[in-house]
Amino acid sequence: MKNFSNRYIFVFSFIMVVIVASLLALAATLLQPAQERNLEIAKKRSMLESIGVISTKDNSVELYDRYITESFVLNIQGEVIEDVDAFNVVLRNEQRKPPEDQHLPVFRAFPDDGEKVVILPVEGKGLWGPIYGYVSLRSDLNTIYGVTFDHDKETPGLGAEINTTGFESMFTGKKLYQDDRFVSVQVLKGGADPSDQHGVDAISGGTITSKALEEMLSDCLKKYDAYLTQNRN
Amino acid sequence: MSSKEKEPLFSEKNRKLFTDQLGRNNPVTVQVLGICSALAVTVKLEPALVMALSVTIVLAVSNLIVSALRNYIPDRIRIIVQLVVIATMVILVDQTLKAYAFDVSRQLSVFVGLIITNCIIMGRLEAFAMANKPWPALLDGIGAGAGYGIILIIVAFFREFLGSGTIMGYPILEKIGVYSFGYEDNGMMILPPMALIVVGLIIWVQRSRNRELIEK
Repeated sequence: MKNFSNRYIFVFSFIMVVIVASLLALAATLLQPAQERNLEIAKKRSMLESIGVISTKDNSVELYDRYITESFVLNIQGEVIEDVDAFNVVLRNEQRKPPEDQHLPVFRAFPDDGEKVVILPVEGKGLWGPIYGYVSLRSDLNTIYGVTFDHDKETPGLGAEINTTGFESMFTGKKLYQDDRFVSVQVLKGGADPSDQHGVDAISGGTITSKALEEMLSDCLKKYDAYLTQNRN
Repeated sequence: MSSKEKEPLFSEKNRKLFTDQLGRNNPVTVQVLGICSALAVTVKLEPALVMALSVTIVLAVSNLIVSALRNYIPDRIRIIVQLVVIATMVILVDQTLKAYAFDVSRQLSVFVGLIITNCIIMGRLEAFAMANKPWPALLDGIGAGAGYGIILIIVAFFREFLGSGTIMGYPILEKIGVYSFGYEDNGMMILPPMALIVVGLIIWVQRSRNRELIEK
C-alpha cells in the first residue's frame, strides 16, 4: 500500500465530504415532496382510524374530506385562535412552548352513525421514543368514541402492542370526566375491572410504555379541559 | 485491463464469487454475520424482501465505489472512507424507501439505518473491495447481498407461513380452510428467538449435506 502524505489525506477527506454532502442534500430535496405526502396520508389515515374508518393509501384523502370536515385551533382557555391551520400544527413543537402559547388543534368528524365526534391529537414520550395518536370523543365530550395510537420504536411484542386493535378497542366507551372533574383514563397493571369507566388493562411486559401512554393522555387532554367543560352541556 | 490478461466477464472465477456466497460461503449460515437484522425483519416476507434488496444494493454499490477508489484511498483513513460510503448509500436507500415504500419503511423502522453497522458490508469492503478490481467487487457484493437475502427470505417464509398463516400477506391457510379442522397459528414463530432457531436449522441442514463445513 502506498504511503500518502497528510496533505493528501486532508484533501481527500475534504473532497469526499463535499461530494457526499451535496449528494445527500440533493436527494433530500428531490424526495421531500413525496415523503411529506406520505406523512400527510399517514396522518389522515390514523385520524380516520380513531373514528373507526379504515382507509387505504389511495382513498384516505377522499375519505378524510368526507368525514373530517371541520377543524380549528384553541388556546388553553378554550378560545378559538383564528388563522392557524389545525392540520399543520406540529404537536411536538407546541409542547415545547409555555402552556399559554400552545396551539391545541381540534378536528370535528361526522361518521356514518350520525354521531358528532371531536378528534383530539395526543403525543408523549414512550420508553424509547415518541408515542402519539388521536382520541375521538362523542358529542357529550366525555365518552371516548375511539382511539388510535402509534409509536416510533417501542419494544416489539411488548410496548409496541399499543398500536394493536386489541389494545385500542378497550378505550371505546371509557369516560374522561367523573362528576365534572377531569380524571382521564388510567392504564392499570394487572387488569382493569370491566365496570371501571376510567381504566383499561395495561400491556403485560410493557409497563413503562403503558404508564407513558397514561401520562400522555392525561397531559394532552387536560389542556382541552376548558373547552370540553364549556361545551359539554 | 490490458488485452493480454483480459478474462471473460463471467469467467468461472467471477461466477464463483457470486455462487459461493449463496451456499458454501454464505455470510449468514457459514460466516455467521448479519444475524441481528436477520432476526428482526423476518416476521413477514415483504419487509424481509425489501431488507434483502436494500442490503444487496448498498453492498454492491459500496463495493464498486470502494474498489474503484482503492488505489486512492489513504490506508490510514480507509475505515472512515468505507463507513462514509456505506452511510451515504444507506441514507439514500432509507430516503427512497420513505418516499416510495412508506409502509414497508415504517415496518423496517430503524433496521434500514442499521444496515450501516451490518458486519457483512464492512467485511466485504475491507476484505474484498480494497484488494480487487471493480467488476469482481461488484459481483462479490451482489453475491454476499444475495446470500444474506436468501437466508432472510427462507426464514421469513417459514415464520410468516407458520406464525401468521399468510404468504406475502395473502391468507393462504384461511383459503385452504385448515382452521376449520382446528389448526392454529404458532404464535411463537412471530417472536425473535424462533428466527434464531430457524437459522440454526438451516445451518444444520446445510452442514449435514456438506461435511466440509463442519468445524473440527
